[in-house]
Amino acid sequence: MDPLPFLKWLDGTAGSVAIRESTLLYPFIETTHVLTLCLFLGMIALLDFRLLGVGLRGVPVSEVARQLLPWALAGFSLMAASGVLLFYSGPVRAAGNIFFQIKMAMIALTGINALVFHFTIYRRVAVWDCDPTPPLRARLAGFWSILLWSGVVICGRMQAYNWFDKPTR
Amino acid sequence: MNLLPLFQWFEATPIGTVVRESLWMFPVIECVHLLALAMLGGAVLVVDLRLLGLGLRAQPIAELARKVNPWMVGSLAAIVATGIPMFLSESVKCYYSPPFWYKMGLLALAATFAFTVRRRVLADCSRPVLGRMTAAVSLALWFGVGFSGRWIAFY
Repeated sequence: MDPLPFLKWLDGTAGSVAIRESTLLYPFIETTHVLTLCLFLGMIALLDFRLLGVGLRGVPVSEVARQLLPWALAGFSLMAASGVLLFYSGPVRAAGNIFFQIKMAMIALTGINALVFHFTIYRRVAVWDCDPTPPLRARLAGFWSILLWSGVVICGRMQAYNWFDKPTR
Repeated sequence: MNLLPLFQWFEATPIGTVVRESLWMFPVIECVHLLALAMLGGAVLVVDLRLLGLGLRAQPIAELARKVNPWMVGSLAAIVATGIPMFLSESVKCYYSPPFWYKMGLLALAATFAFTVRRRVLADCSRPVLGRMTAAVSLALWFGVGFSGRWIAFY
């Protein structure tokens, strides 16, 4: 199924045009998207560094996860909401951008990584909760998380540069 | 005092020229700047939230602050180190950008506050109200830096 007709229709809706052509709304949405990075990725990074055994070593892993993940989730919600609006402001251009496509794929992978972590090694967290350096499976989860999320940020930033934009049909 | 000639000189420096004339350098430096921003944000937030009685509440404040401090200093260093070449590549644009001046003023305030008042409050947190006020000021200042930083691109 070709998504282009739908994206073109979305591109022409009043809301999309209004955000795209606004002088203040677009910058505000974009600023929200960038600054919630601190809340989201900052918290995720602290948990990942704890899982890698390089940060907050004296704090139980379950405490870091329980206390910081709700904040990360709040940050993620704001990022997702503002991200949807940014996409909505230029769907044809965004969807055809290679960095956007890689970014979405990487976000999906972070989700899989988080699910695998929570349903496998994290189930037995009581056993290794206070270990300064967690077991290999947990370290790997932290490693993939920080690597993939960094990739997401880099692709998101690169998306603004239209180096590989395809001319729209 | 007219600072424009100084900013024109900044822009003509070899680093400014190299970054400006390269297609990929600015974006790459910008990515590192952003990743360091996330890390700085996390390091500041986790301690300020703790001062507000949220987040890692089971950890003593002074100890948490001590553990997080290297991440905060490190990410701040990375932000400054990447911010300078970006600034040099477009100093004259920055000169005419109001958000740039707000950002620099707030950055000076935020950094000074972090390494004087906040540091002292974190070392001796016997007064919870003072702690909460410190956290509020710190969050407001850093938020202002980030916010005005993003707006350099628009104005």
